[in-house]
Amino acid sequence: MIRYVVYWARMVACVLKGGRLYYTWMGSLLVLILLGAWSYSHDVVDGLIRTNMTDEVSWGIGIANFVFCVGLAASALLLIVPAYVYKRHDAKEVVLFGELLAVVAVVLCLLFIITDIGRPERLWHLFPGIGKLNWPSSMLAWDVVVYTGYLVINLHIPGYLLYKQYMRQKPNPYFYLPFVFISMFWAVTHYTVTGFLLSGLGGRPFWASPILAPRFLVSVGCTAPAVLLIILTVVRRHTHFKVQESVFDYLKKVLRFSAPLNLFLLGCELFSQFYSGARTPAAHYLWVGLNGKHGLNPLIWTALVLNLATTLVWITPRFRKNHRVVIATAALTMLGIWLEKGVGLVIPAFIPTPLGEVVEYWPNFGEILVSVGLAALGAFVFTAIAKVTIAIQTGTLAVHGGESTPRLPAAPGSVPGSGFPPASVRTPESEGAA
Amino acid sequence: MNGCHTEPEAAGALPLPDARAGQLVELRRKGETSRRDLLAGAAAAAATATAAAGCDITSVDQFLQKHYSELTDEDKKQIFARLEAQVKERSGVTVKISDPQPIEGVTFGYALNLSICNGNRRCVEACARENNLPNHPEEMRYIRVLEVPNGAFELEKSDPYFEGEVPKSGKYYLPVQCHQCANPPCVRQCPCEATWKEPDGLIVVDYDWCIGCRYCQAACPYHARRFNYGAPTIEPDRINPNQAYLSNRIRPVGVIEKCTFCLQRTRVGRFPACLEACPTGARKFGDLNDPNGELRKILATKRVYVLKEDLGTIPHFFYFFA
Repeated sequence: MIRYVVYWARMVACVLKGGRLYYTWMGSLLVLILLGAWSYSHDVVDGLIRTNMTDEVSWGIGIANFVFCVGLAASALLLIVPAYVYKRHDAKEVVLFGELLAVVAVVLCLLFIITDIGRPERLWHLFPGIGKLNWPSSMLAWDVVVYTGYLVINLHIPGYLLYKQYMRQKPNPYFYLPFVFISMFWAVTHYTVTGFLLSGLGGRPFWASPILAPRFLVSVGCTAPAVLLIILTVVRRHTHFKVQESVFDYLKKVLRFSAPLNLFLLGCELFSQFYSGARTPAAHYLWVGLNGKHGLNPLIWTALVLNLATTLVWITPRFRKNHRVVIATAALTMLGIWLEKGVGLVIPAFIPTPLGEVVEYWPNFGEILVSVGLAALGAFVFTAIAKVTIAIQTGTLAVHGGESTPRLPAAPGSVPGSGFPPASVRTPESEGAA
Repeated sequence: MNGCHTEPEAAGALPLPDARAGQLVELRRKGETSRRDLLAGAAAAAATATAAAGCDITSVDQFLQKHYSELTDEDKKQIFARLEAQVKERSGVTVKISDPQPIEGVTFGYALNLSICNGNRRCVEACARENNLPNHPEEMRYIRVLEVPNGAFELEKSDPYFEGEVPKSGKYYLPVQCHQCANPPCVRQCPCEATWKEPDGLIVVDYDWCIGCRYCQAACPYHARRFNYGAPTIEPDRINPNQAYLSNRIRPVGVIEKCTFCLQRTRVGRFPACLEACPTGARKFGDLNDPNGELRKILATKRVYVLKEDLGTIPHFFYFFA
């Protein structure tokens, strides 16, 4: 028990210690978090009247970001499958980053919802037993169940493996492997339920599309590898943790399939909405405007251009080899999907209203601050746990004092199902600009 | 204090006075900022005269209050007394909160004659008065009257902010409020059972249980639900003291509310306020289970339809031509 408390204390100490760049990064994030909290405090005092949401457009940028964060949570699945199903050593080395990113993404999902509801202090009404969770009727209740489960699973796996690594003990596969495989199915449920959350509303024809959940699944196949490409690049450049080039190749390969598939499904949607001439008011509002209102047109066309351009990069071998181009494209892919599947998927469903009224919505400064603050919180938490993970995996944080000389990696794939292998470590000589 | 139903303007001018309608439309056109400015201005100007109904957590009891279905009679008594005291403290008005129960064997239904509705919108104002809705018409109303061009059935072509004398030639009028569906999507989707269907078919909200997620609002195909983005403001002389816990009591901030067919009236044998205010006789209300009732006669003999039948919501609100 005491050992466990010490473990936590040492992890906190590890987070508090860092270089100048680290402090600058975390400090800037902290400022953004505080600004977001300050803005949200007004919402708590005055109610959501501070936002630009109305009875007509009753879900705004908060829910759009929530939907986008669901996509980020796919990062776990993306690395678990090659690591545990195909037993790829390179993926197993970095799989914890995927799982921890999923944790952060799910926490962000929950926070985006909590900051968006009118009575956050009544959240206990959702807890089974003391509250009244309307399960299995409500898709939102499903969401609550699925998210909580996904969060617990993804906290357990890396939590257990890291502690074992810290203790220099061999992890017991029975304690985590079953959860690894459950989490794969759970992940798919997670995205599907979020798709159903929207497509299960008959009164919102914009969402009531059978391919909404598949579209959703495919677009998370774009955001998750894109964000992992960026994160692993940073890890490789700024830490001693070595990420093998083959992992980057794998992520780029995923994008080579998911980016064009995403465009294809978008095309299918557009065809059925526009070709026949049947009127689909929300889609019209989104793409060409309705009743003289065009608020979201620039946004969705930007998204289309971004998605087309980034897809072109992902499928062209010459561009894929240039790492700078890859990172820039990954960032633009995320922006494109955020516009298309975040803002462009949530907001237009409310415009026009079911009674045909076109009331436009654009987030105000306060809402943007809250969203930026939450995003900063996600980055802050992820940086902190990634730092600890790297310290433990490279052996600098371990039970018997930190090692000054990191352990050398065990032979790849030595014991089947023996947890993740210790990370490969770069020797000081091989370090470049880091 | 003015009586709620005796004041001449209470039932709404016919049509809306030009100045006021103009203001309403202007506010809408200017967009959201002006709505908020107006709210802020109104709140400041009427700071003393306004009964801000915001429901800050004043006690542990209030925080831990159980779901309506689990409240004992004793619980209810205490809660109602607390709510009454709150209104008294904030606005000086003495109100009576009751909890009328569904009448056994009754299922309420509503029918509206589109042939004679002329868009005068008195129902809208009477509803606001009865149900303690805010003073400013652009803030929140349960009933929306759409002015639709003849020949159109697409609601995108309608205008809820029409002004000037009604009825206008070439237009018809379509009032929409909660349809009290037999298969309500809002109830299905509420994550915490804060809204449900009563035995008499009315869909109600427990304002003290709603978490304010607005999923029901997204689910409703009739745009019938309203959210308290801010603490509702209502001037003391507009407060209707005859209140029911599940309908027209003054709502807290951050929760959903909606039309309940005036259950505080209809469950004790009166007509809904919108029906009483209608000068054309277009509105018909009654018990769908009564084979000899007016509603059943209309359903049997008139040309009847329901809005968005294809969605399978099975509304208890019917439109007919006669």
